[in-house]
Amino acid sequence: MNNESTPLQNLAQIKKMMEQSSRFVSLSGLSGIAAGLSALVGAWFAYQEIAAHRGAMTNLKYAPKTAPVYANGLDIREFMGEKLFVIAIGTFVAAFALSFLFTYLRSKKTNIPLWGSSARRLMFQVAVPLVAGGIYLLKLIENGAFGFIAPGCLLFYGLALVNASKYTLSEVKYLGYCQITLGVVNVFFVGFGLYFWTLGFGILHIVYGTIMWLKYERVGQ
Amino acid sequence: MNNPIQHLNKIFDSRIRLGIMSAVMVNDAVNFNDLKELLQITDGNLASHLKTLEENTYIQVQKGFIGRKTNTTYAVTQQGQIAFKAHLAALEAMIKNMH
Repeated sequence: MNNESTPLQNLAQIKKMMEQSSRFVSLSGLSGIAAGLSALVGAWFAYQEIAAHRGAMTNLKYAPKTAPVYANGLDIREFMGEKLFVIAIGTFVAAFALSFLFTYLRSKKTNIPLWGSSARRLMFQVAVPLVAGGIYLLKLIENGAFGFIAPGCLLFYGLALVNASKYTLSEVKYLGYCQITLGVVNVFFVGFGLYFWTLGFGILHIVYGTIMWLKYERVGQ
Repeated sequence: MNNPIQHLNKIFDSRIRLGIMSAVMVNDAVNFNDLKELLQITDGNLASHLKTLEENTYIQVQKGFIGRKTNTTYAVTQQGQIAFKAHLAALEAMIKNMH
């Protein structure tokens, strides 16, 4: 019996070490669900704001016709931006805090240190596309191209996920592809950004989180 | 009849050394503290296993500093890669024979 299990145990040890040393494996599915729910709540608040300002949500090209006030030299604070910005920041903080909490709990449970070189590497790989994208999106806001914010969020976030998938659970890759697809489609339906945004950041996160939770964390596994 | 364990590498008998090799195979370089956390062993124990691997030229050591703290990293050598792959192939062969 003992003889038989040794090669298999060895292989299991090898596999475990290869994964733990190169990938950040504590990412919890519940984090995805929590982030998705935060996005849904955030989107609901944002919808209340945007519904009243549909015309200004299209894009730069149409802005002079539909919302002349916002066409030139638009400052985000003069627009409904201030409120939307607060909603966006609040959503992000809630999503980040909740995701962190569930991933922290998981790392406690599996006894894998949360902040190691795999976590650092993951953060860096996520940060590169997100920071570049963030700066670009801020510039879009400054120039009044509000309609391109939501697809931009989806595109850059999707790229960040695909990039990150090499350093964490590889299924993140598929979430990334879906976000990129939504972002690309959204570019052709400017003005419906919030729906695409809600679908991507809300529904997709919840679907992804649920699948991951069922696959890796369900009690009894 | 071939002896099924003749191709198994004795150096990789130890669970710790197997773990070290697995980690350096998939990373450009792994530092001492990360290995310690991964394998959950003491400094002395880890150091002695690393020394064995180094003496067999399966890994190479790079000593450096981050600020004032020492940062010693380990990377797999070409010989190490060949030996580890051969060991995996031997394990695979053994498992196939069992079924």
